[in-house]
Amino acid sequence: MSEARFKIWRGEGEEGRFEEYSAQIDEGMVVLDAVHQIQAEKAPDLACRWNCKAGKCGSCSAEINGMPKLMCMTRMDQLPEGETITIEPMKAFPHIRDLVTDVSWNYRAKKKIKKFKPRAPDTEDGSWSMSQDDVDRVQEFRKCIECFLCQDVCHVLREHDKHEEFAGPQLMVYTAALEMHPLDVEDRREDLKEEQGIGYCNITKCCTKVCPEEITITDNAIIPLKERVVDKFYDPIGKLLKIFSSADDSSKE
Amino acid sequence: MAQYEKFDYDVLVIGAGGAGLRAAIEASAANVSVGLICKSLLGKAHTVMAEGGMAAAMANVDERDNWKVHFADTMRGGQYINNYRMAQLHAQEAPSRVRELEEWGAVFDRTKDSGLISQRNFGGHKFPRLAHVGDRTGLELIRTLQDHGIHQGIEVHMEHTVASLLKDGDRVTGAVAYDRERGRFKLFQAKAVVLATGGTGRAFKITSNSWEYTGDGHALAYEAGADLIDMECIQFHPTGMVWPLSVRGILVTEGVRGEGGILRNSEGKRFMFDDIPDLYKHQTADNEEEGWRYTQNDREARRPPELLTRDHVARCIMREVRDGRGSPHGGVYLDIAWIKERLPNAEEHIKRKLPSMYHQFKQLANVDITKEVMEVGPTTHYTMGGIKVDADSQMSAVPGLFAAGECAAGLHGANRLGGNSLSDLVVFGKRAGEYAANFAQEKGSGTVDEGQVEQVINRALAPLGREGGELPYAIQAELQEKMQDLVGIVRREEEMQQVLGIVAELKERAAHVSAPGNREYNPGWHTAIDLDNLLTVSEAIALSAIERKESRGGHFREDYPDKDAAHFANVNVRVRKGEDGRMQVDQVPMAELPEDLQAIIDEESK
Repeated sequence: MSEARFKIWRGEGEEGRFEEYSAQIDEGMVVLDAVHQIQAEKAPDLACRWNCKAGKCGSCSAEINGMPKLMCMTRMDQLPEGETITIEPMKAFPHIRDLVTDVSWNYRAKKKIKKFKPRAPDTEDGSWSMSQDDVDRVQEFRKCIECFLCQDVCHVLREHDKHEEFAGPQLMVYTAALEMHPLDVEDRREDLKEEQGIGYCNITKCCTKVCPEEITITDNAIIPLKERVVDKFYDPIGKLLKIFSSADDSSKE
Repeated sequence: MAQYEKFDYDVLVIGAGGAGLRAAIEASAANVSVGLICKSLLGKAHTVMAEGGMAAAMANVDERDNWKVHFADTMRGGQYINNYRMAQLHAQEAPSRVRELEEWGAVFDRTKDSGLISQRNFGGHKFPRLAHVGDRTGLELIRTLQDHGIHQGIEVHMEHTVASLLKDGDRVTGAVAYDRERGRFKLFQAKAVVLATGGTGRAFKITSNSWEYTGDGHALAYEAGADLIDMECIQFHPTGMVWPLSVRGILVTEGVRGEGGILRNSEGKRFMFDDIPDLYKHQTADNEEEGWRYTQNDREARRPPELLTRDHVARCIMREVRDGRGSPHGGVYLDIAWIKERLPNAEEHIKRKLPSMYHQFKQLANVDITKEVMEVGPTTHYTMGGIKVDADSQMSAVPGLFAAGECAAGLHGANRLGGNSLSDLVVFGKRAGEYAANFAQEKGSGTVDEGQVEQVINRALAPLGREGGELPYAIQAELQEKMQDLVGIVRREEEMQQVLGIVAELKERAAHVSAPGNREYNPGWHTAIDLDNLLTVSEAIALSAIERKESRGGHFREDYPDKDAAHFANVNVRVRKGEDGRMQVDQVPMAELPEDLQAIIDEESK
């Protein structure tokens, strides 16, 4: 057992400061354990959002030594020994109290994206036939636990505050899962361009680096979506072909 | 005068896991107004942690499967104190509920040849029956319902805790809640209320359950006059992590054993072959080779003993540890890495079939499960008991108060089969939503007594205003420890009597706790309020466990180690609030099984 020192952001809304705490560290402890220990012994009203403590719900997102991480999956022995550990709330969302931020914007922005719309079932009992290879790609995106760490690290949201114009990497992953779903027949390309502002992403790949589910956000979700948008709006040959052919535009890749 | 905002809905759903979301979707489809309250953010409820799959006799992998076999498996697993009608409806309706999820965008793993939804083997299920997505099926289920639900006109109130239900005479008329972010109170007037609040696992120290599982729905319903049954039936999942200490209790999916994982003791022995209950002898493999073939979908093979029901496997592990054959940290070994002897791409196969287990052990315990064994031991996992409801409508004894999912009782009897929980959520969530909407349309509004609201708010605020009292965390920790030690996997009369005394004392202390700080996102205050519910359900669990003087399913009494068919085969233990305000316990006879259903059970027992 050893002792670790922490600087934790305390305060409400715009006002706040770091406060120092210490905790007893046992083998295998994660940062969330230390926060709970501090809560139980020294700061009973220390606000922190958490739920499953198993990396499955994505509630306990915070910035640990400046890096966006899940507190429940960050082991104390992965952090530099002997140095004070800082824990701060996510920066890309309005602050509520201590480590808790108001993430409701993500929910409102998601609602604006057109919902799943399947083609007619393949059989009378309402089943569809799909090969595993065809669903693999979508299943990667559906691992998303909505921890919003990718939103937090995205400079378009974090530094430039473009929440009204850009939906952020998490909702690009969500849209990719819909657009690449083998059964989906909806077309979200115009919305991606106009409403979700996909053009704002300049592929710095910061989001991919912080994803605790290891979703390859930029390469597998955002870039293919950008290509689809380009195909629809900026492809002169395609446009000509469209004018001269009467092919049904509703067919998707 | 206390300040509060008012909302008015036809149907109010409390809880937004699988059952609550499904109920809200169904109610809104009936064109009534729906409010949905969740304790966490939307999409984070405990459903998200379900791993292995959802059971439905779709017969995509083995055409011999049908609802009758699923029904018989569920009854056998529950040791026949299940509500037979719920078991029947569940087995019949689960396949449609799974297909409906696919229609709403869920992406299940596929079968190789037909491309249909794949199904995997699980403990107690005769045929491969669990629709799944790797080992994150719960996430797929809740996300699908969430993403469908947000377009149905449901009003969602995230991070709210319900302090009390409200009544007008016998009938429920709404709830008082506060929002956890800002600490503001809200009055939700409703014509019907659906409870979908999950289980009670946080009453125990070692649990796979998230912080939300404080028995809120159980306690709210009890206080409102509903009956609770089968509260003694708690499921201890055989495989939770045991090391490091800080992750003790986190679930290791049964899917590991479904994919061929085996249990060994410190002597390297596969101990599960030593003790196979008579009820299951005819369908359990008696050699390792046959067990392996079963996990590889050999239709002629019988299941390995690792896939016996959870109550039994948990007790076998306890026995090994008690007799000195456990692992260094008080568990046994679970080995999936050994399948490399049988499969060419074992490493890839394990990562593909069990990705979050791989991730979880690697990240939290420094163990690579494709190469090393895991240390596992029992963890409190599921509450079979709960609010007594009508099988078809899910309405409790209180008119207008419905319950679905884990907080309701009946489907699982004395022991739940793996995979039957996710299907329970959608089958009975749908039913609760449908019947709650009907009730709202037929009965109209009741009236809300503002004095009652005022009282609830003042009581809830008391810990904030109180100075110098004890913090709630210590009381909660003490309760969890005592429940684990004294009403855990192995139970004795004296110890449980002791717990009743302890609960009474902790209640007294809980009545005087302080929560320093203000109302905004104050975890000390939240814990103080949850604590009352935990104490209520703990008393109900202990009282019921004392009343059932036999061992059955998840309820094991060292002083009555066998089943007592003469006295307890046809009764449910019931708890309710007496007129004197004290908790009362008694036994209620079960309805007799209809002949056609009995015939199915007899046929399947051959």
